Amino acid sequence: MKRIISILLENEFGALSRVVGLFSQRGYNIDTLTVAPTDDETLSRLTLTTQGDDQMAEQIVKQLHKLIDTLKVVDLTQGPHIERELLLVKVKATDCDVRTELKSCVEIFRGHIIDVTPSTYTVQLAGDSDKLDAFIEAVTHMGIMEVVRSGVSGISRGDKFIRV
Amino acid sequence: MELLSGGDILIRALRDVGVKHVWGYPGGAALHIYDAIYRQEDVVHLLVRHEQAAVHAADGFSRATGEVGTALVTSGPGATNAITGIATAYMDSIPLVVISGQVPSSKIGQDAFQETDMVGVSRPIVKHSFLVTKPEDIAATIAKAYYIAGTGRPGPVVVDIPKDVTEPNYKVPYEFPSEVKMRSYQPSDKGHRGQIKRAVKALLEAKRPVIYAGGGVVIDNAADHLIAVARKLNYPVTNTLMGLGCYPGTDRQFVGMLGMHGTFEANTAMHHADVIFAVGARFDDRVTNELEKFCPLATIIHVDIDPTTVSKNIVADIPIVGTCTSVLKEVLSLIEQSGNTPDGDAIGQWWQQIDEWRAKHGLYTASRYEPSGGNLIKPQDVIKALYKVTKGEAIVTSDVGQHQMFAAQYYLFDKPRQWINSGGLGTMGFGLPAAMGAKLAFPDTDVACVTGEGSIQMCIQELSACSQHNLPVKIINLNNAALGMVRQWQDMQYNSRYSQSVYEESLPDFVALAEAYGHVGIKVTKFDELEEKMRECFAMKDRVVFMDICIDRSEHVYPMHMPGGSMRDLWLSKTERT
Repeated sequence: MKRIISILLENEFGALSRVVGLFSQRGYNIDTLTVAPTDDETLSRLTLTTQGDDQMAEQIVKQLHKLIDTLKVVDLTQGPHIERELLLVKVKATDCDVRTELKSCVEIFRGHIIDVTPSTYTVQLAGDSDKLDAFIEAVTHMGIMEVVRSGVSGISRGDKFIRV
Repeated sequence: MELLSGGDILIRALRDVGVKHVWGYPGGAALHIYDAIYRQEDVVHLLVRHEQAAVHAADGFSRATGEVGTALVTSGPGATNAITGIATAYMDSIPLVVISGQVPSSKIGQDAFQETDMVGVSRPIVKHSFLVTKPEDIAATIAKAYYIAGTGRPGPVVVDIPKDVTEPNYKVPYEFPSEVKMRSYQPSDKGHRGQIKRAVKALLEAKRPVIYAGGGVVIDNAADHLIAVARKLNYPVTNTLMGLGCYPGTDRQFVGMLGMHGTFEANTAMHHADVIFAVGARFDDRVTNELEKFCPLATIIHVDIDPTTVSKNIVADIPIVGTCTSVLKEVLSLIEQSGNTPDGDAIGQWWQQIDEWRAKHGLYTASRYEPSGGNLIKPQDVIKALYKVTKGEAIVTSDVGQHQMFAAQYYLFDKPRQWINSGGLGTMGFGLPAAMGAKLAFPDTDVACVTGEGSIQMCIQELSACSQHNLPVKIINLNNAALGMVRQWQDMQYNSRYSQSVYEESLPDFVALAEAYGHVGIKVTKFDELEEKMRECFAMKDRVVFMDICIDRSEHVYPMHMPGGSMRDLWLSKTERT
């Protein structure tokens, strides 16, 4: 099962490498990883996704918590949550039919075309990972030149929040 | 406020954190630090002959005393040589601070001479690490490093210091922090009261209980509390390899070590137990044998300071995260408050059963190996002679292999911190430097390094450091002219094809070698001379003595778990199995 794990850690030298290193060291995989400083610049918020059953997820959370630099570790998938990922995709769009089809596809998925040349369209799309997968599938036959995904960011729904 | 250079600040901070001894080896990137050491007398530096030994010696000192050990090395090869020592300490949760010199900040990343990314290389084997970027940060970093190393589940901490940070001509105010506070690190202490209540209930209702105590009890100085709970309940106690000494080895309730080379009675009792009270132990693969077949009938109560250890290998029915001391104290007081006592009949029957197992195959109710005689010296008898001559009161360090297991089985440790060995990483070469560390801490106690001719050659250069620092340790070399444990496995699983495990005629004359270093060498080849020569050895209080004892070359360590079996599936001798 897919897990979205959110970590608040000290924005310090080596902190990220300790998180990433832990995964290879313990034999877990990281599917996606995003990290950036928060409104408090001494802290970084890191979201990663991985696969695992309940016991494995519990171990991962405990192991992450054991790292000296981590302040909070939450498995977001254990409660209601929102996940968002950003997709940038460059599609070959030389002929008129493709351009029209792509534009309507972007509209259906509520994306934006953010760069246009005579031969390409570049599309920006945000959503959960399944939605991005679906969009890629929908435009594959048009000729994808490049795909960039940000990896998942996540936050709990409702009153719950992660803060020091 | 006093102005000091980075090098002086480092040494001053070590003094202020309570460090008296540093084991180390100088080199280019650490020279400012070494100059600062030269200019003061509070912190004594002990020069070793290889950085691995510096870390092992600091480790041995820590294991013997419970204090945080300190090692100092230079950048590059100095740092990488320290790695095996750091990994050894990490696996056994030993508090150490390892300070490494680093190339100047401006050269980091340029593949400078003797540059290694020490923080990166050591990352998977440290509790935490720091790269100090300015002299103003040194004192606070040192305070944090010792706090992290010594609290919670202890472990090694690396402090990497670029050369420019210790520059003698750049001086800044020195201030040692009065306390350490870290928002991201607050180790837990007391266990959950509700869980402890559940544990007490399960313990009091048990009919076939076993107390399974490990190295955590030693580390947390909780032996007295363990003994109090065990005596109160009259339950059998087994120790892990790392836990030996935390329950008296000569006590009637002690059923011996458990695990791969544990006693028949300890392993069999674990297998049949209905309640297992695991304290400061981690269900290591050398204990459990096949996980699926582990103690099928038992309710598992697991006490450990580290949440990741609980339910990592074996799912605990009653998990308790807390220090061994606080939980054992609470367990004892709840037992007393409850007014209940264990089921006397059931426990009586359980003891009867355990005594039957002891009588049948126990290591301490009869001799389970062929007798020594003439030129045949059994390794077990060497350990028994050592025990007798030192009255069971020596600090015993060991290397890794058959000799380690014989020492664990036959030297009955009555006190914690008396038995010092590399249990987790299994580091050959650990024994001699660890003995040096222990001897430094306890100069009036006999310190014996039980080793083999394979292991001792991995750090034998430290015989020279023993002379320099007057550390009269005793080396008990069980010489079977082969890597005994490797050969045992080759006998059992590879049809006696001794691939690269025998030395043939290549071994040095250990007596001459010891003498070359200015020590005393004693060779023993006859059984009837063993005890007398052992007495001679320990009578020389102020000399390093190297006893080279030629033992039976074919002996195996038994009992031994059968691969893929449960805990009770054991080889009892070369021909006999359960």
